[in-house]
Amino acid sequence: MSNGHGNYAAPDNETRHARFPLPSPLPQAGEGDKGLLRKFHVKHSWGLLLAGLGGSLFLYLPLVIVVVYSFNDSNIAAQWVGFTWRWYDVLLHDAEMIQAAYNSLLIALVASAVATVLGTLAGMAMYRYKLRLLPFLVVAPLAIPEILTGVSLLVFFVLLNMTLGLISIMLAHISFCISFVAIVVRSRLAGMDESLVEAARDLGATPWQSFRLITLPLIVPGVLAGALLAFTMSIDDFVITFFTAGVESTTLPLKIYTMIKIAVTPEVNAISTILMLITLLLVTIASKLAPNAMRGG
Amino acid sequence: MALLEIQNVTRRFGNFEAVHDVGLEVEAGEFFTLLGPSGCGKTTLLRMIAGFDAPDAGRIFLNGQDLVATPPEKRPLHTIFQNYALFPHLTVADNIAFPMRMAKLGERAIAEKVKQILDEVRLSEMGGRYPADLSGGQKQRVAIARALVDRPHLLLLDEPLAALDLKLREQMQIELINLQREVGITFIYVTHDQGEALALSHRIAVMDAGKVMQVGRPEDIYEFPANRFVADFIGVCNLLEASVTAAEPDALTLDIPPLGKVGAYSPQSLPVGRHGVLALRPEKVRIDSQIVAAPQENHFSGTVRALIYMGDITMYHVEITCDGASGLTIKALLPNSQARGASFFEVGDRVEIAWRYDAGRFVYE
Repeated sequence: MSNGHGNYAAPDNETRHARFPLPSPLPQAGEGDKGLLRKFHVKHSWGLLLAGLGGSLFLYLPLVIVVVYSFNDSNIAAQWVGFTWRWYDVLLHDAEMIQAAYNSLLIALVASAVATVLGTLAGMAMYRYKLRLLPFLVVAPLAIPEILTGVSLLVFFVLLNMTLGLISIMLAHISFCISFVAIVVRSRLAGMDESLVEAARDLGATPWQSFRLITLPLIVPGVLAGALLAFTMSIDDFVITFFTAGVESTTLPLKIYTMIKIAVTPEVNAISTILMLITLLLVTIASKLAPNAMRGG
Repeated sequence: MALLEIQNVTRRFGNFEAVHDVGLEVEAGEFFTLLGPSGCGKTTLLRMIAGFDAPDAGRIFLNGQDLVATPPEKRPLHTIFQNYALFPHLTVADNIAFPMRMAKLGERAIAEKVKQILDEVRLSEMGGRYPADLSGGQKQRVAIARALVDRPHLLLLDEPLAALDLKLREQMQIELINLQREVGITFIYVTHDQGEALALSHRIAVMDAGKVMQVGRPEDIYEFPANRFVADFIGVCNLLEASVTAAEPDALTLDIPPLGKVGAYSPQSLPVGRHGVLALRPEKVRIDSQIVAAPQENHFSGTVRALIYMGDITMYHVEITCDGASGLTIKALLPNSQARGASFFEVGDRVEIAWRYDAGRFVYE
């Protein structure tokens, strides 16, 4: 093949630019980014640190005091005398307290178990059918003031001629626990690859098999996290329980309330500490199981 | 009878018609590709074959049996998903065993088949691993093993190479061709990558806006595009607005302003005055500093206005000047195998171009 050019020396810069003419100097990629960074860059400041510290103190100092005074070797809570395990021992021999704890645990177990099944189904429905109304219906109970829920459940149970007791408390707890489970499960599902279920069907699984063998194992952490959350919410609920409890169905929070009407004894501090530890532990486990859901997803 | 018959299939999403009155036949043993830009309906069509979606009208037959009422798990076909869709909580071996467990095969037979196919896809040591521990290419091979282990009649592949990098993609293309030849299972392959479609397929259906624009062998699609869309979508093509001025058997004379009369070829006889485009592949255009036109050749001179150097080849954009009129640019491609420098011509060089009458296709749809 011939052509008019005998000279194949590397072209000088000018011809290169003629060949690839650039319209105008390109904006430097880095510059814009730096500006953006500066905008969001938070400077260390003592004021901010103090405010954060103050806020944390305000939140946690009362809790710390409760814990500390649960070990106080004194009948009244007002001043520190010395360390003792006495109040925990008193707790263990307080028959009413044991009964209340038993009630609380039973209610929390039943309520969280039922709510986990129903909430999982609700979460799946929310994920599968992109209806606007459904998430609203499921989440609304969390936004409604508890006192309203409590009163309305009370009226409802009375209308049904139901005897207030463990059963009515369980039903009440189930109703608000479903929301927690549903939200956690839906967020877990949202993080799941949709084509996995299709792949299972494609490879011969019936809808039920693909749920049992693929969907369920993948959302189990979410379901467990939801169950733990529900358990926690149930065990320390006061307001709704107060309205739906009967004479013989005192729970721990109700028991604590009646006790402090008389006096804030170190025994109250002790039981509060135990309750707090259980709650903290469960919420921590739940957040490990479903990190995304806990961040409000 | 064809293995797969798609008859007048239409699928609407609200007012949007994703697939419009599509009819296709795929023969047993074929590597058949659905090719088109994103949103052309190729994936929707694939999902209807797999059973994840159902047509609003039309029917799909596999081995003469109407598929539309059959749920996906009952269809004798499998799908390779774009992201492989390996079950993350199951090991590689359990992933591959999945379809056989669903079919209730004995565990002994399953273990044997899993081992055998793991050897075939060169993943013998990987049976106990989880998908998260595999590389992209390994995941791909597990997905293929899982889909082929129970010998389906048909394998659907939804852009399975899109997630891989270039080198691995080329390697997997060769593996796919060999695999399809070895197992003899019919492949229906969805892609938007025309190079991939040309390289892999026995036949290609080019789709646009829910319709099939052309069906044919790769060389037919490339050399004889049926319409402007196919000519434009497949490869690089000069599309020159033209109208018929004289039509004789086999020979066609076109008017392409400002070039004037241009010789062309058409298998059909066309009425004078018919408007269309001359689709001319850049590699069919000869370019040199001087050309002596042969008979049955169009010959023009022009100036190189731009060039795109691609290493092995260079694409020259030549602005044609004839009778003082200018403005039409024709792309011509030249391999650099003979060039001693980067390329033959520079921007601004005077060149001559020529192409045979039958090098271009006149399309009018």
